[in-house]
Amino acid sequence: MVDQPAQPARRHSNIRPGRIVAWTVLFLGGVVMMTPLLFMFSTSLKSAGQVYDLKLIPTDPSFANYIKVLSDGRFSRWFLNSVGIATIVTLSCLFFDSLVAYTLAKFRFPGRQVVFLAILSTLMIPTEMLVIPWYLMASKLGWVDTYWGIMFPGLITAFGVFLMKQFFETVPDDFLEAARIDGLNEFAIWWKVALPLVTPALSALAIFTFLGNWTAFFWPLIVTTDSALYTLPVGLSSFAVEQSIQWELIMTGASLATIPTLMIFLFFQRYIVRGVMLAGVKG
Amino acid sequence: MARIELDKISKRYGNIATVHGIDLTIEDGEFVVLVGPSGCGKSTTLRMIAGLEAISGGTLRIGGEVVNNHEPKHRNIAMVFQNYAIYPHLTVAQNIGFGLYTSKLSKAEKQARIGETAKMLGLEPYLERRPAALSGGQRQRVAIGRAMVRDPVAFLFDEPLSNLDAQLRGQMRLEIKQLHQRLRSTIVFVTHDQVEAMSLADRIVVMREGRILQVGAPMELYNRPVDIFTARFIGTPEMNMIDATVTNAGFDAGPNNPALRLTSLPARTDAGRAVVLGIRPQELTLLTDGQDDFPIRIEGKVRVAEPQGPETFVLVDLPTGHIVARAPAAAILRPGDSVAFGAHPDSLRIFDKASERLVA
Ligand SMILES: Nc1ncnc2c1ncn2[C@@H]1O[C@H](COP(=O)(O)OP(=O)(O)O)[C@@H](O)[C@H]1O
Ligand SMILES: [Mg+2]
Repeated sequence: MVDQPAQPARRHSNIRPGRIVAWTVLFLGGVVMMTPLLFMFSTSLKSAGQVYDLKLIPTDPSFANYIKVLSDGRFSRWFLNSVGIATIVTLSCLFFDSLVAYTLAKFRFPGRQVVFLAILSTLMIPTEMLVIPWYLMASKLGWVDTYWGIMFPGLITAFGVFLMKQFFETVPDDFLEAARIDGLNEFAIWWKVALPLVTPALSALAIFTFLGNWTAFFWPLIVTTDSALYTLPVGLSSFAVEQSIQWELIMTGASLATIPTLMIFLFFQRYIVRGVMLAGVKG
Repeated sequence: MARIELDKISKRYGNIATVHGIDLTIEDGEFVVLVGPSGCGKSTTLRMIAGLEAISGGTLRIGGEVVNNHEPKHRNIAMVFQNYAIYPHLTVAQNIGFGLYTSKLSKAEKQARIGETAKMLGLEPYLERRPAALSGGQRQRVAIGRAMVRDPVAFLFDEPLSNLDAQLRGQMRLEIKQLHQRLRSTIVFVTHDQVEAMSLADRIVVMREGRILQVGAPMELYNRPVDIFTARFIGTPEMNMIDATVTNAGFDAGPNNPALRLTSLPARTDAGRAVVLGIRPQELTLLTDGQDDFPIRIEGKVRVAEPQGPETFVLVDLPTGHIVARAPAAAILRPGDSVAFGAHPDSLRIFDKASERLVA
């Protein structure tokens, strides 16, 4: 490594005014984002009568709500539904997004740019607008109230294609050509050479896709009426419409639902940060 | 092992032709080097042989069979790339093993082949390492190993040494040459470095702007370059080129006279022809004061002297233009010194000024 000259200007000015402003803003932002989460957790420890006292520290904290929610068969069913759906959709995205992206990045064929632009342009259409055509399609094809109906819109994503394409473009052509000369077919080149070289992107895509589907609410709500098929967010919201709104139970379910998310962030922090930087997306 | 025949091979990208009908036969076991400046179509030609680039025109035969439309894998050739193209996520053994991807050998046989290859290249201690933990030279060896392990009919190299530092480049050059002497395989090697071409090739193919200018053994090209381009391209320092007109008694170099004496040379029949005279720096002899026993004499003033150790190259200013000449290491040459060099008439190469071709 070449010796870099020290950077005295930066080293000594740790406490520049700019930094203080940045820290203050970040701190306030952190507080704003953490408060609802803390309230959620705090409420989950309260009894029904204490919900509206709005104290951050419950006077008489107990895990009774957790026992109640976990012993309710519906909750575990919804939890498993969510895990299964998010896992399958994630695997599908990893496979199909990267296959499409690889083709767009590494093959020259007429219409390649048009196809890519068409895929990209779907990024600009909000889910709310797509839900109606999706629903019409699902109802015509008998997919309403099926797992397939919940999953099909997410099995390939324009975002994933875009992200993976950016990465595949950094893979040197020589790597692929060397494999071609060694006799690998095009699928094997993708699978054995190109994919292993973009694992950071794959992990980022896996995390984004899993989290996105874990928290997905709107479409699963619309396409399911059978509560046995509910995903966790949909199921939790159904607590709200039954009889009275049982906030303490909703918050307990919501707290439990954040556990996988938190675990993913803890274990894959590195990839998430890298993924956000490389894809230029908001988390 | 096989002979490779290129018959009017050409390449077009859209309407732009980059290789213009190349004819070349590479004999079985021959080491052929394609050399030429960057962008002259060397890689394109090599990649058409490999099957990585479609052939726009002409016929390519490997081992007598027309392979124009064969996939790379059906040509049984191996290729080594400039950036090695070895895979960072695989170990050395796995990288070398990639060359056996399509082979029907059993796992044990494959292991044995990989072991043999690694041994031949001195890579045995590193078989379980990943490329990141290897030096540039070792990575290059892995790439060569991957090509060798399959026992292909021919090896193609595309500037494989240009990412290495000068010392390592020399070393790998020697290794590749020894490898060829041992394996006796057909090799087509692309480089823009004429030193590499000279030291490796059985035959050199000089290319320029998508055409072959000259094909020949290294010394043939060095001694009898067919045109000015090849003459300047082969040999360091570059051959000196002096504009002149043929006269009855030799050549007239115009305003360089009398600094440049080219008279009393063997008579020629083409008096009046505009020519370019080529003479290598190594063919000039530094004359001592009063010495005048060469038919050709060039006088000038030293601008720069570059000692190389065994010899010194001197840049000499003439009344018009300049030349580079070799002087003995012991000679003391300071900027501004007047010097004279002599040469024999048979060291002159005479090129036609208009066509730039060697005058027979
Ligand atoms: N894909 C391409 N499209 C258009 N022109 C190309 C392409 N690849 C190479 N060329 C052109 O073909 C010529 C020869 O290139 P190349 O064979 O790579 O040269 P070399 O290897 O001798 O440096 C160059 O002028 C280059 O610009
Ligand atoms: Mg090249």
